Amino acid sequence: MAAALCALGFTGAVAAEPLGDALTASFKPKGQATLQRLNQDETQKACSTGVVLPGEAAAKVIADNTASIRYPAQGQYLGDWKNGDKIAQTGTGFQSSDDPAKPAGGNCYACHQLAEAEIAYGTIGPSLKQYGKLRGNGEAMLKYTWAKIYNAQAFMPCSTMPRFGHKNILTEQQIRDVMAFLFDPASPVNQ
Amino acid sequence: MRSGLLKWLVVALASALTTTVAAQDTDPIAEYRAMFGDDNPAVFWEMRGEDLWKAKRGPKNADLSECDLGLGKGVVAGAYAQLPRYFKDAGRVQDLESRIVWCAETLQGIPPSELLKITFGNGDDQRSEMEALTAYAVAASKGQKMAVPFEHPAEKAAYELGRQTFFYRAGPHDFSCSTCHAASGKRIRLQALPNLTDPADSRAAYTSWPAYRISQGELRTMEWRLNDCFRQQRLPDLQYGSDVAVALTMFLAKNADGGVLSAPALKR
Repeated sequence: MAAALCALGFTGAVAAEPLGDALTASFKPKGQATLQRLNQDETQKACSTGVVLPGEAAAKVIADNTASIRYPAQGQYLGDWKNGDKIAQTGTGFQSSDDPAKPAGGNCYACHQLAEAEIAYGTIGPSLKQYGKLRGNGEAMLKYTWAKIYNAQAFMPCSTMPRFGHKNILTEQQIRDVMAFLFDPASPVNQ
Repeated sequence: MRSGLLKWLVVALASALTTTVAAQDTDPIAEYRAMFGDDNPAVFWEMRGEDLWKAKRGPKNADLSECDLGLGKGVVAGAYAQLPRYFKDAGRVQDLESRIVWCAETLQGIPPSELLKITFGNGDDQRSEMEALTAYAVAASKGQKMAVPFEHPAEKAAYELGRQTFFYRAGPHDFSCSTCHAASGKRIRLQALPNLTDPADSRAAYTSWPAYRISQGELRTMEWRLNDCFRQQRLPDLQYGSDVAVALTMFLAKNADGGVLSAPALKR
């Protein structure tokens, strides 16, 4: 620690040092956020270039992520919309400052408009206002939406949306609840 | 003094937000910032920083008046507009914060571990000398145009490492800096997000840090801003003055070239 502090500043003399080495040396584990989190999977690596992926690489990201999708047992797509509402509002989970014993939120409102009454919504993702009302709740639409929440990169390579199912951010039951929040006619999303 | 000010701010914020519900095209932050006029509590950090800067401290009983922030020994005015940069004496690229730590160590004999015991303050019980010293040095560049040196190979290498870090996706949520800061006109909840790949947004964002954060009642530095962004990215703890912290600051500062410094600014 003391040795590291004596050398504050960027040390690379000429060429940029390898990114992985610099990251490992520049972060310390804190709470549940271990250094392992700095290691990338193949999709993360492919999506870190800052430029649009060439066709072949994009196709591989789609294929890899499509293969990861697990659909719910007995086709039970819908849970409790009230609990889904809470999950959509909750922004905590997986941060070094969060209690790992508490369930993580989905933080949907950070990026999406959902219920009309909630005006504090973000705009990184599209509006999902009246999601179910506009699309109906046919089997194909339920299946597609489940897959999109489970792993958005199966549809859009390098999407900014977290892969909630694939990366175990939300449990299967939590995804059901979010699905109900989107599709239930009684949900404030569909008013 | 500060708690009274904070209470007033809460009222101001609430009224500004209420107004926004009715008219969403107005900016509540801009509104209550306007209520301050030219007043900014950051001045308390600047004053404390100036006292610290000029106090004889440490084993060498020296002040920081000989500190070279890049424009020559003792020159504080304008220096922040040309940082980070490569320092020959240190043999590395340093941002303002790591340069201050280096000056305190070499001139005053204060070990970095001591100065960095509290990097980010938390109320009157836990004041950060680094935040105060940084505020003082930054304020001395108010109104200056960003002009980050980009000649030395180490400066270019730092920029490149910073660029790669900016786009580096990792963690359970696949987040990178670019997840939130690579598109224009977006927001998280109601918070507008600067597009840090766009020159105009980059200038406006970079030149407003450090800033007094009303919601925290604290002056926050760029090192704090980066550290807290990585916390929200679900990544581990970015170390103060580390290679990645300095490199990312180099990337952001260089992209803000030509912007006029308004820091320490006032933020929600």
